[in-house]
Amino acid sequence: MISAHKLTKRFGEFTAVDGIDIEVRRGEAFGFLGPNGAGKSSTMRMIGCVSPPSGGSLRILGLDPATDGPAIRARLGVVPQRDALDEELTVRENIIVYGRYFGLPRSVVRDRADELLEFAQLTERAESLVEPLSGGMKRRLTIARSLINQPELLLLDEPTTGLDPQARHILWDRLFRLKRGGTTLVITTHYMDEAEQLCDRLVVMDGGRIVASGSPRELIALHSTREVLELRFAADDHAPYQPKLADLAERIEVLPDRLLLYTDDGDAAAAAVHERGLEPLSVLARRSTLEDVFLHLTGRSLID
Amino acid sequence: MATETNTRPGGDSVHHREGRMAGRAFAYWLTSYRRVWRGTIVNGFLHPLFFLVAMGFGLGELVDSGAGGGIDGASYVNFIAPGLLAAQAMQTAVGESTYPVMGALKWHRHYYAMLATPLGIRDVVYGHVLFVVLRVAITSTVFAMVAAMVGAITSPWLIVAVPVAVLVGLAFTTPVFAFAARQDNDGGFNVLFRFVIMPMFLFSGTFFPVSQLPGVLEVVAWLTPLWHGVDLCRALVLETATPLDSLGHVAYLLVWAIGGLWWTVTNFRKRLLT
Repeated sequence: MISAHKLTKRFGEFTAVDGIDIEVRRGEAFGFLGPNGAGKSSTMRMIGCVSPPSGGSLRILGLDPATDGPAIRARLGVVPQRDALDEELTVRENIIVYGRYFGLPRSVVRDRADELLEFAQLTERAESLVEPLSGGMKRRLTIARSLINQPELLLLDEPTTGLDPQARHILWDRLFRLKRGGTTLVITTHYMDEAEQLCDRLVVMDGGRIVASGSPRELIALHSTREVLELRFAADDHAPYQPKLADLAERIEVLPDRLLLYTDDGDAAAAAVHERGLEPLSVLARRSTLEDVFLHLTGRSLID
Repeated sequence: MATETNTRPGGDSVHHREGRMAGRAFAYWLTSYRRVWRGTIVNGFLHPLFFLVAMGFGLGELVDSGAGGGIDGASYVNFIAPGLLAAQAMQTAVGESTYPVMGALKWHRHYYAMLATPLGIRDVVYGHVLFVVLRVAITSTVFAMVAAMVGAITSPWLIVAVPVAVLVGLAFTTPVFAFAARQDNDGGFNVLFRFVIMPMFLFSGTFFPVSQLPGVLEVVAWLTPLWHGVDLCRALVLETATPLDSLGHVAYLLVWAIGGLWWTVTNFRKRLLT
C-alpha cells in the first residue's frame, strides 16, 4: 500500500524526516510512534500527498504522489490532527459537503452519510450543528467523513489526542471494526497504549529517524524485559540507589521520580529489594510496555 | 540523499488539469452561504439606500445648488451613484477575501479539508474566488436595483455597469486573497482596511472628480483599480463612455485580477503544500 525508501523532508535547514524506509501492507494497522516533533506528522502529510518529499522515493497504492496526487487522494481517507470541520453546518451537512469534494453523486453521498452516521454513533445528532458537540463526537465525525469515499487506506494523525478515556475506547472500537472490514490503517500516536491496542506493526520514530520497528510484542521482546519493577523512594534524587540495586536487574533506568528495574520476574526483584533493608515508598511490578522500549531506545519518556 | 524531488506536486502536466474540479469547492461555499444569505441581502439593500439618501440627496442638495450646479453637468446623486456601485463592489470583495480566507487557512481549516480530497490548489482557489465573485454580483445587482428605484441611476447602461462592478470586485479579490495567504493573523487586515481600502474609497473619484486632488495624488488615484472602475461605471451610466477609454479600464482591471490570481495560487501553494 505504501512503500517509502530513504524518504526525507526538509524545511530549510531543519530535517523533519531523515531518510526513512517503510512498507505498509494491505489490511494491516501500521503505527508511527514517537514524541512530538519526531517527524510523524510530516511523514503523514507526505503520504497524504499534500507535502512534496525533499528526497527519496515514495509510492502510495502503487502510484507516485508527485504526479498522481489527485488519483491517490481519491482513494485515501484522511483524519488530520485537527478536525477541520465546519462548525456552522450540521453533522450530516459536513459529511455531504465532503463527499461532494470526491465528485460522488448526491444520492450516493446521501445513502453513505446515513450509514456513516450510524457507524460513528451520531445518527441522533445528525441534524445538530457541529459546534456544541463533544471532542469525541467531533473526532468520530471527522472519521465518518473521511470514509465517505470508501478509502482503501485510512490515515489517522493522533486520532485520540485530547479525548477522555471513554471516548478513546469508543474510537478504538470503531477503528477495529474498520480494520476487520479490510481497511488498511496508518496511525500516528504518542500513546503507548494506543499503539499496543491498535497496531499490528509499528515504527518508533525519534528526531526524524526510525529507531526500531516490528510488532508491539516483538519490540518489547527485543528491547525490554518481560517485567518491570517500579520503585519510588523518599528521596529527591533516585540516582544513589542505582548501584545498590544494579545486580538485581538486567538494566536500571533512573527517572526523576522513580527507578525502573528491568527484570523477567518483578516480584522476585521486589522481595530482594526488601531483603536488603531498603524501603521504597511504593513498589509496582508490571509488564513491559512500549513506553519502556522507547525509554530504552532514546533515553527519554514519550510525553515530557 | 537519493534524488531531489523538491518540486511542486504535479509538475506542469497536472497544472493544466488542476482547477477543473473548482465547482466542487464552490459547492461548499454555496452550502455555507445558504445559512446567511438572507442577512447579506438585507445588508446589501440597506447599505446603498442609506448612502444614496444621505450623500446623494442630503449632501447633493447643497452641491447642486452651488455655483457649478452639480458635477460635470450631472446632479450630485447621479454623479456618485455609479461611483458607489464600483466602490461597494470593492468593499464586498475585500470583506469576503480577508477574514473568510484567514478562517479557511487557519481557524476552520476548510482548505486543508479540501486538499485531503482529490482537489488541488487551483480547485480550492478558483472555487473560493468564484464564490466571492457571486457575492459581489449579488450585492452589485441589489445596489443597482436600489439606485434605479430611487432614480439615482436612470440609464439602461446600468445593465453593463453591473458586470463592470463585478470585474472591479475581482480585481480586488485576487490580490487580497494573495495578501491574506501571507498573513499569520488578522492584524494585517486592519492595516489593509485603514490605509488602503478606506483611502481608496474616499479618494478614487467616488465622491468627487480626482482632478480635485493635488497633482501627485491625482496620479496615485489613476493607478488604483477602483478609479478605473468608478470612471467606467460613471461614463457608462452618464452615457459619456468611449470605446477606447472603456477598453483601457477593463484591461487595467483584468491585469489586477489575473496578476492577483497568479500570486494567490503561488502563495496558497507555498502555505498549504509545505
